[in-house]
Amino acid sequence: MNVPTVESFGERVLHPAVEELIDLVAELKQEGFNMVVDLTAVDYLSFTTRTDLPENVNPERFEVVISMINHQSRERLRLRVQIQEENPVVPSLFDLYPGTEAMEREVFDMFGINFSDHPDLTRILMPEDWVGHPLRKDFSVGQIPVQFKASKAKR
Amino acid sequence: MTSEVVETSSQALSAANNDDRVRLREGSAVLRISESDATSKSVNEITKTSDPSEETRMILNMGPSHPSTHGVLRLILELEGETVERSKPVIGYLHTGMEKTAETLSYTQGSTNVTRMDYASPLFTELAFSLAVEKLLEIEVPPRATWIRMLMCELNRISSHLLFQATNGMDLGAVSMMIYGWREREEVLRFFEKVTGLRMNHNYIRPGGVAVDLHDGWQADLRNLLEIIPPRLDEYDDLLTGQPLFQKRLQGVGSLNTSEALALSATGPILRSTGYDWDLRKDEPYLAYDQVDFDVIVGTHGDSFDRFAIRLNEVRESLRIVEQILDLMPPGNYRIQDKKITPPPRARIDESMEALIHHFKIFTEGFHVPPGEVYAAVESPRGELGCYLVSDGSSNPYRMHIRGPSFVNLQTLPHLMRGGLIADAVAVISSIDPIMGEVDR
Repeated sequence: MNVPTVESFGERVLHPAVEELIDLVAELKQEGFNMVVDLTAVDYLSFTTRTDLPENVNPERFEVVISMINHQSRERLRLRVQIQEENPVVPSLFDLYPGTEAMEREVFDMFGINFSDHPDLTRILMPEDWVGHPLRKDFSVGQIPVQFKASKAKR
Repeated sequence: MTSEVVETSSQALSAANNDDRVRLREGSAVLRISESDATSKSVNEITKTSDPSEETRMILNMGPSHPSTHGVLRLILELEGETVERSKPVIGYLHTGMEKTAETLSYTQGSTNVTRMDYASPLFTELAFSLAVEKLLEIEVPPRATWIRMLMCELNRISSHLLFQATNGMDLGAVSMMIYGWREREEVLRFFEKVTGLRMNHNYIRPGGVAVDLHDGWQADLRNLLEIIPPRLDEYDDLLTGQPLFQKRLQGVGSLNTSEALALSATGPILRSTGYDWDLRKDEPYLAYDQVDFDVIVGTHGDSFDRFAIRLNEVRESLRIVEQILDLMPPGNYRIQDKKITPPPRARIDESMEALIHHFKIFTEGFHVPPGEVYAAVESPRGELGCYLVSDGSSNPYRMHIRGPSFVNLQTLPHLMRGGLIADAVAVISSIDPIMGEVDR
């Protein structure tokens, strides 16, 4: 499959569209990439000046990053999928690689990106009734006001 | 037993030659219900049996604070008598948002944060983080720093595996093993304390090298370690490996085959116990692992006993590496001499204005890292530990993600426990050796 490819620190990085993802991963699996090592996401809300995308790839707010490995040829590659803010849905890789189940749940929990056809898309790290997705850039880290009792009164 | 669920489960078990068992959406070993359903729904609703007279199952919550769950792991177990059918690990009780915290800390402060993830092998997370930062900076650390990192990591692998021996023994009722494991681990931690100042959470491996050089007389301390530990390992062999009771508790308990382990992205001793030879130290040599001689230990049956034996023998291999490092340790700098990245020595600050400025800049603002994204992986005692880093050119990471081996390996748990007794479940949890700090991050 012909997807925009760049090289990053000796690793191949592919930039498929969301629609191409499942077909591409299935193809890579045929090629011998026998494990999805890591699946995570990045929220590019406040980093708009990035220049590492190929020309024909449209930057979106979210990006799902999938690291795969081929144990035979000892080759690693990374898929970076741009996800729209309005409709953050990615097809689940569960049927191809069941090991992505927990990682996709984590991305759902932390970024609010939905994985269609995932067997159990529930929060994994945050409490079930939690509102919001903590690793989004517009999610405030919050703070506890501290009063320094030892400080002197205003002069 | 005539219920549908049981039929599917026996079918699932008979297909154990490939990875069908872990691919099932329905009827797999994973009990895919939400936490609230687990408490509010009736057993019949969960097990999908309509006839109340067939209600022979029960749902049991084990943990999150249970002595055998290694911290705060909660398991929802579906039990048939005392046999575990389906189960679901519930995690997140130790979640402190360390990946979010990392975005507010500079690269200089970053290793202080990541070292608290896997508290049994903190140096590996520091290493993965530092390697990722160094890749982005495109710098190469001096050879001595590389070798010190390797030495410390191998010692950490020893201490981590000794901790496993201790907790594994404790979970199985071999309480004397617990004391022995901790006793030997303490010897290693004592060395760490001499080098880094701390027993745990060292913050020793930092971008650009390591924090301080090895202390005077480190060779003697190491030789002492190399003298103490091997005979004790032989004692463990006498105490556990050949002991019939111990074998009965572990052999054939919690089996997994290679394709299942690969499909579930399991790495480390779990993958190797299935007879699959994959160790990043050998297969993707980082640091200077291509210059030392060691063997990768693999198992045959993929059961809890193999995982125990692999870890015990990996200690021996690590000792072999440490012995070689003793002779091969090169002289030179223990960190890169780039004043933009590593702080100047304390004495220079009194003499040089530049040194003072660099020192001030590094500890207030930190150093800037060129924009880009990178993934660096190391072989931690639990498997592949990766760090995915995105930099926007500032002095804080834009995004820092740690691929925790325990987090991913924990997915194998329901598949390993199915069909076993609750007591076996305890043995299986122990043999996965999850560190909850890293699972929840």
